[in-house]
Amino acid sequence: MLTTNEILSTIEMISQQHLDIRTVTMGISLRDCADPDPNVCCSNIYEKICRKAEKLVPTAQAIEREFGIPIINKRVSVTPVAIACESCKTEDYVPFAKVMDRAADTLGIDFIGGFSALVQKGFTGGDRALIAAIPEALATTNKVCSSVNIGSTKAGINMNAVALMGRTIKKAAELTADRGGFACAKLVVFCNAVEDNPFMAGAFHGVGEPGCVINVGVSGPGVVHHALQSCKGQPFDVVAETIKRTAFRVTRMGQLVAQEASARLGVPFGIVDLSLAPTPAVGDSVADILEEMGLESVGAPGTTAALALLNDAVKKGGVMASSNVGGLSGAFIPVSEDAGMIRAAKSGALTIEKLEAMTCVCSVGLDMIAIPGDTTAETISGIIADEAAIGMINNKTTAVRVIPAPGCKVGDVVEFGGLLGSGPVMPVSTRSCKTFVDRGGRIPAPIHSLRN
Amino acid sequence: MKKCILSVVGKDKVGITAGVCGVLAEAGVNILDINQTILQEYFTMVVLVDIDTSSLDFGQIAERLEEYGKKSGMEIHMQREEIFDAMHRI
Repeated sequence: MLTTNEILSTIEMISQQHLDIRTVTMGISLRDCADPDPNVCCSNIYEKICRKAEKLVPTAQAIEREFGIPIINKRVSVTPVAIACESCKTEDYVPFAKVMDRAADTLGIDFIGGFSALVQKGFTGGDRALIAAIPEALATTNKVCSSVNIGSTKAGINMNAVALMGRTIKKAAELTADRGGFACAKLVVFCNAVEDNPFMAGAFHGVGEPGCVINVGVSGPGVVHHALQSCKGQPFDVVAETIKRTAFRVTRMGQLVAQEASARLGVPFGIVDLSLAPTPAVGDSVADILEEMGLESVGAPGTTAALALLNDAVKKGGVMASSNVGGLSGAFIPVSEDAGMIRAAKSGALTIEKLEAMTCVCSVGLDMIAIPGDTTAETISGIIADEAAIGMINNKTTAVRVIPAPGCKVGDVVEFGGLLGSGPVMPVSTRSCKTFVDRGGRIPAPIHSLRN
Repeated sequence: MKKCILSVVGKDKVGITAGVCGVLAEAGVNILDINQTILQEYFTMVVLVDIDTSSLDFGQIAERLEEYGKKSGMEIHMQREEIFDAMHRI
């Protein structure tokens, strides 16, 4: 039988160290919903999402109750709408976002992702229509999340899309000026986007995915932090070993929940995403883990190395624990969602430039960063281009989710609420990159021999 | 067999084991193993049960136990055994 200590340690992880399943995300293909008439397409989409995910919330709640493990979010991701709705005879894609929002409300889920386009090499008509609709779509819906993939290691970076996304982010912020530019918190610009990511705002159901699939995202920065408290002063080998062991346990739990949800819903199990996703709650912070390794504050020299070790050890521990690991899998560093990051950003210890360096070794990118409202669209495009270049060259996923909070300046704090937290407005270089961004065209795909 | 683990934690006093076992017996739940100890002055009991013998479902049994927990000032959780196995056994 299990020992009392083992049982109590699991209970303590859940009750005191914020161990949870961050999300059970059902991926649903909308490829069979296309119709030339946009109204018919909308009703097809609504009907399909509601039919496939009908039991998602009650099933997740039952699992939560029986296993005693909190499942924080229930989400749905769909085929990128630019693909699913391209054959519609319409230029206005906002109704598709609204119907997704309505389906999300009917189901009682927390978020729905997939108001997306993949334009790393160029635009189709559907891609252009979708991107044009993003600001209004995000401003007039609550649960819809949007993502645009503007680059990849194989295709290079679509600089026309980079310029367009800078303007799109600005417009989305302006349309939600009364809420601190909230729409931008639901919009991610990717390089090397993954097709099976269960985390928002970047989740979509990739074209290589099956008709319907269950993906699970686990979390547990608090558990890793707690485990590291027992190895103060020990060498890094011990630190890495401890993180691996903890990640293994956390992921095993995710695998169990994923299998259970898959069996109960009769939907194939896709992947477990073993990411360390922080929340604004005290004790659920990735920054705390980095500081536990010996940094006075996250942002201090050594931060990138600490994050590299953490990210790699999480993957190594988790990959043994699940039959299929996928998604983004690593450590997230969203500023507004992490109490430790917020603290460091407020004190000036953490800058956007240091965050950019950190994104070279973590699982995603510049995430949930509030920047001054007067930041220009071109500067945002420059930030996107830099981040995409890191992803493209290093063969990894990178992303930008910045919020140019209208009317806000450095030092202000923007409240997003819930899991999205609150973001201190961080300074951005005001040197112009307009001429650079205005060039357009494509940055060619990199060579993958002669690597140095 | 549907195995669950019951954990009971709280201030030590007379009759906790009897009380919890009473609730389980009334619900028709079969006890497979009991382990109890005092950890840092707290009474800690772990009970392995089979709830298939009961005519009640998981939710109803858990509700009765939680109710008893509130009444007696103990923290009582019932969880499926698989979660602990997944975490601590390869």
